[in-house]
Amino acid sequence: MLDFGMSVLPLARFQFAMTTIFHFFFVPMSIGLSLVVAVMETMYVIKKQKIYQNMAKFWGKIFLLSFAVGVVTGLIQEFQFGMNWSEYSRFMGDIFGAPLAIEALLAFFLESTFIGVWMFTWDRFKPFWHAVMIWMVFLGSSISALWILTANSFMQHPVGFKISSATGRAQMTSFKALLTNPQLWYEFPHVVFGAFVTGAFIMAGMSAWMIFRKQSTEFFRKSMRIGLVIGFIACLGSAASGDLQTRYVMNEQPMKFGATEGIYNKTADPAPWAIFQLTNPTKKTANAKIEVPDMLSILAYHRLNASVKGMNEANTSLHQKYDHQFGKKMNYYVPVNTLFFAFRTMAAGFGALAGLAVLGLWFSRKRKNTIGKQRWLTILLSIATFGPFIVNTSGWLITELGRDPWVVYGLLPISAAVSPSTSAAAVLFTNIVYFLLFLALASFMFFYAKKALYKGPESVDDTPDQKTEDPFSKEAFSK
Amino acid sequence: MSFLQLLWYAVIGLLFIIFLVLDGADFGAGMATKLLAFRPNESNLILRTISPHWDGNEVFLVTAAGGMFASLPLWYASLFSGFYLLLFLALVSLIFRGVSFEFNNVAETPFGKNAWMWINCISSATTTFFFGMLFTDMIQPLPIDKNGNVFVSLSNVINPLSILGGIALTAFCLYQGLHYISLHTDGMIRYKAARLNINLYWLAYPVEFLFVIALFFQTNFFVNHLVATIVFLVLIVASTISGQFMTFSDKEIKAYLSSTLSIAFLVMLIFTGLFPNVLIAKNPANSLLIKNVSSSPYTLKVMTIVLCILLPILLIYFAWSYSVQWKRFTLKDIAKNGSQY
Repeated sequence: MLDFGMSVLPLARFQFAMTTIFHFFFVPMSIGLSLVVAVMETMYVIKKQKIYQNMAKFWGKIFLLSFAVGVVTGLIQEFQFGMNWSEYSRFMGDIFGAPLAIEALLAFFLESTFIGVWMFTWDRFKPFWHAVMIWMVFLGSSISALWILTANSFMQHPVGFKISSATGRAQMTSFKALLTNPQLWYEFPHVVFGAFVTGAFIMAGMSAWMIFRKQSTEFFRKSMRIGLVIGFIACLGSAASGDLQTRYVMNEQPMKFGATEGIYNKTADPAPWAIFQLTNPTKKTANAKIEVPDMLSILAYHRLNASVKGMNEANTSLHQKYDHQFGKKMNYYVPVNTLFFAFRTMAAGFGALAGLAVLGLWFSRKRKNTIGKQRWLTILLSIATFGPFIVNTSGWLITELGRDPWVVYGLLPISAAVSPSTSAAAVLFTNIVYFLLFLALASFMFFYAKKALYKGPESVDDTPDQKTEDPFSKEAFSK
Repeated sequence: MSFLQLLWYAVIGLLFIIFLVLDGADFGAGMATKLLAFRPNESNLILRTISPHWDGNEVFLVTAAGGMFASLPLWYASLFSGFYLLLFLALVSLIFRGVSFEFNNVAETPFGKNAWMWINCISSATTTFFFGMLFTDMIQPLPIDKNGNVFVSLSNVINPLSILGGIALTAFCLYQGLHYISLHTDGMIRYKAARLNINLYWLAYPVEFLFVIALFFQTNFFVNHLVATIVFLVLIVASTISGQFMTFSDKEIKAYLSSTLSIAFLVMLIFTGLFPNVLIAKNPANSLLIKNVSSSPYTLKVMTIVLCILLPILLIYFAWSYSVQWKRFTLKDIAKNGSQY
């Protein structure tokens, strides 16, 4: 049929990248916002001040918007392994399906059931029990991250399996090994802290924008401070877990590490760290370098005398390891410039967010609150609303592109995973529709979130004095 | 075929039944927002009855797909890649429908609210129609190669049986939704739903009649499983009659249960008719059999243990979420709150 001279593989890869990146805008947003809402509702339970309940209700609206888009884009994920990557599903089904099914049974039911109860029962339950509901939602969404990362970790670092001699497919031999995969326990904290950063800074940034607009400043100052405190702690957490993860990757996937640092050959001892460089992947050279001496040794080994292996060494050992099975023609080099800059975007973004959190907290402190006058800071904080999306996406680009050319590390190349039965025209068509659909969803989401924000906290305030009671109602007579 | 393979085939069937019974009511109610209601508040009232539950119900679909991936991965791979565009259309419908609840709630202008209500109504109908097509497409002999890849042509997707299947599932879900509305509301709408349902049930009989004929010509059901097929077909018709009769005699719960049974029997018909295959090839040698498409015994054992632990727990809090929120909503509730919350 029509194929426009295209093959399915790049289209399917584009689709996977597009759908997962878009989905992962809303996943960390939902996890993070459910956390901040849960914290606010808990503060209401403890301090019994109405403002905290209003905060939980108000930010709950933004959370529900994000949750709705997160759910529907997540649906695609559950099906697209079968739709676009049927060879992958055949090869990996024995291992990959289990965490996915458990994720649904354990996590999705928890979050969606309790969110349904939480949304509609503000007046039905005592504040304590109502707060329990939102914590259950938070728990559910965090557990879902754990299970999907279990699946992802296997793709990065396969454990607890054998290749069946009868079918040639991967087969699970130890469920426990899947759950104790070191990759998982380096990845999970980093992802979850990243989600907390996301939720916290979205709330803080939106609050800062309202302070800039001089609307309900006290309500938004309080919200912003809660966001910045959580955000700052989460920044520290993601830096620490990121450091552990990077050093793990350095040993497990030296090619990925070499690419994030743009190193081809073993470095000098001690190793300098490039802040900026333009790498030429065909000539394997780096130009326009700006370096900090000794820094890479400190980052990678936490000491001053160490050299770091480069991509060429990694390439040699990968060829040695896999040539007998996959042939000499495999290209083990990964997109170096993308990884290099993604890593720096992530690190710089984290630094900027942490710095803004400190400044925001300092200028909005109770004793000397001048945040309303610091126009520059509120503008920067408002821009920071979008920062976490870029930072999260950069992180995933490193993890996933750095796995090239494998879909399952060392077991299955990407080119062998795609569906043989779909046509390029079909995947092109779905790509276009998904793209337009996501554009529409993002626009509506942004539009409605802005509307909800501008309505301000008054929109959720239901203090009794504002209610007009009907003097002729049944309740009035029975009083 | 081992016991666990059979068990998981049944579990997948059961998950689809629960999905279509519970979320089927949501789809039906979604269709009714424009079919039954003529004022915005009536539409809001209908939407309010399903708003807290639709998302949890849809997880049964996700679980069915995930469970298929975990226990019968080769079926998952062949079916979903084979019916690529049909499944894509169903997904797009589900996406529109999923956001319409929240967007309808936050939209401020009457135009915006009305637009999302229409989207909810239409996407509910298209979702059930596409799933009905998928269920009736996958039981027909398909062009499958020796590696299990399904290469469908247009006539494998759009054919008399699949169109009737789409109509049948949409109709069953609509009945289910209208029964659900009768059970969860009070006032005019409760009785209007029953009235509409009695009339709509007349549509079921010609569709069922044509469905049997198409099933006879387009599948091997009557050859492979003559008795079971006839039994389930009779049960489907009987439960439809019962649904209509119970609605007619104002027995709301029994009517709801009857249409629940109709949906369940339809899924059972499909799953027993396919057995012991999961996909039937035109060249019988290439058919996918349950025993060949499943995960390893170890994975099946792990998944069975997980299921036995988690399913009872989740069913408990799932039932609790329904019971704690059960209420007959009236237009007064909607007018009081303005919007849904």
